[in-house]
Amino acid sequence: MSILLSNISKNFGQFAALHNVNLEIPEGELVALLGPSGCGKTTLLRIIAGLEAPDQGQVLLNGEDKTAEHVSHRGIGFVFQHYALFRHMTVFDNVAFGLRVKPKKERPSEAVIAKKVQSLLDLVQLGWLADRFPDQLSGGQRQRIALARALAVEPNVLLLDEPFGALDASVRKDLRQWLRNLHQELHVTSIFVTHDQEEAMEVASQVVVLNQGQIEQQGAPAEIYDHPANAFVSKFIGQTNILNVEQNDMAWLVSAGISADNRHGAVAHVRPHNIDLQKASINSDSPVLLKDWQHLGATIRIELFNPQVKGGNSCLFAEMPNERFKQLNLNRGDKVVVNIKQAHWFN
Amino acid sequence: MPGFKPALSFTLIYLVLIVLIPLSTLVFKSLQLNFDDYLAIITNQRIIASFRVSFLTSFIASIVAGIFGFIIAWVLVRYSFSGKRLLDAVIDLPFALPTAVAGVVLATIYQPSGFLGRWLMDNFGIKVAYTPLGIVVALIFIGIPFVVRTVEPVLQEFDTTMEEAASSLGASRLVTFNKVIFPNIFPALLTGISLAFARGVGEYGSVIFIAGNLPYISEIVPLLIITKLEQYDYAGATAIALTMLVISFVLLLLINLLQLWARRRSGQN
Repeated sequence: MSILLSNISKNFGQFAALHNVNLEIPEGELVALLGPSGCGKTTLLRIIAGLEAPDQGQVLLNGEDKTAEHVSHRGIGFVFQHYALFRHMTVFDNVAFGLRVKPKKERPSEAVIAKKVQSLLDLVQLGWLADRFPDQLSGGQRQRIALARALAVEPNVLLLDEPFGALDASVRKDLRQWLRNLHQELHVTSIFVTHDQEEAMEVASQVVVLNQGQIEQQGAPAEIYDHPANAFVSKFIGQTNILNVEQNDMAWLVSAGISADNRHGAVAHVRPHNIDLQKASINSDSPVLLKDWQHLGATIRIELFNPQVKGGNSCLFAEMPNERFKQLNLNRGDKVVVNIKQAHWFN
Repeated sequence: MPGFKPALSFTLIYLVLIVLIPLSTLVFKSLQLNFDDYLAIITNQRIIASFRVSFLTSFIASIVAGIFGFIIAWVLVRYSFSGKRLLDAVIDLPFALPTAVAGVVLATIYQPSGFLGRWLMDNFGIKVAYTPLGIVVALIFIGIPFVVRTVEPVLQEFDTTMEEAASSLGASRLVTFNKVIFPNIFPALLTGISLAFARGVGEYGSVIFIAGNLPYISEIVPLLIITKLEQYDYAGATAIALTMLVISFVLLLLINLLQLWARRRSGQN
């Protein structure tokens, strides 16, 4: 089901949580709503679900205006941040809930329900937990049961609020992969909220970046990473060196091959992997020194130091593959020549 | 766990001094009777009738207090309105008020010439004061705070996202209440009701003024015990008291089992 939000605004007292948000999500996408905490992403998700009413604007599901429709009639599946499993019911009864509360005419027989619940539990690979209570499960298991419960009613849209937020890092990694596979299998339009840009890039087919109640940019992960629309998106997605021309950072840029003539704004954002290094010869006039480095697995992060810069960033981070770093054969305190391959300019 | 021994010894000493010694005195006193005498006292028609009145009115009152108390707790937790603090304080008044005062006040209002009593008589032909119904009214008054104060914290702690989850799965408000909210609150409600019941069975002060104390109709067990004591019939008094104690104990045990079952069923151990 496609989703269209037009002119959505929502205030909580004096605080404007969302301001004139317009968003179109085509059918079958797996979309991440990404932004720092307090940016309005969860509010937006709850408005799509019908758990919150917008002060202004419309929610259209498949072209139909559902703004006034109660959450129970919207045909959505919602997975809550802290799962909200029914504590007094077994896992089986939790998953069966949505089927058992259907009106008499549409309600399947107990045998059909049992079969369906079992197949859903198999889908989330937790069939053996059917008789347990939620309190007896681990966080990751609860998360998957919450998902199975939401899927039981065959929703047209699946909404997930910080689905991995409360899990530890290794479980989170597994579940991300698993969610993406599940989406490829089921092809239900899905939206999840996250504040973790890495998670959004890894899982989603479309990323919507929100800040202070407004959409900053929407697009495929690669597009957002390579062509950030503004300084906020550039800063929020991935690592960035921020060089402010007005704050004497020109010394860096000049030494890296960018002159005052070929600059395109007041601030340059440079991704660490867009900085290339060469060992400088002894009589080179490059002012840049190698300060230190850290291993990040496949890549090395290098701290560069420029004693000429006063009042700006005297440190810069570069990143390169391990192999390349070994070839350069650099030591702490070595003089290096810096070359900025690409920069994003903003005003 | 550290501190087990001193804490347990304290608990046991306390129980022995404050609960067990007085209660066993009760048993020893009644042991002065032989079994036939005991049976003769207990099977007296008037006493059997008073047992029926006491337990039946307490039971009905605790159920009604359960319903009212649940609604009041719900209002206190779920809604915010002006005067909420005041209402909250009023709930506890029956705890603080001398029960005899409560009895006199209730009797004044509900007697045939009292303003509620006359209104009920004129419009519905219902007589409250000086009937078992009057006893029920007094016991509801006494019992409600027990229910409110046990249900309130559990309701406060209840995770409302469970309700949102239920409605996102297509459940109506009523179904959500029946299948999600109520089962989670039920064990606490049961505790409140059993406290109100236990208190109701032993209640004396507020009841005797409104009950009318007609033998076979509205005479409660505690009153008969006092009557026997006033006649210096200590053996008779303790025999009735002991019987009451045993019945109450068995009933509370049953309620505890019911609670255990409710908790098990809802996965809370």
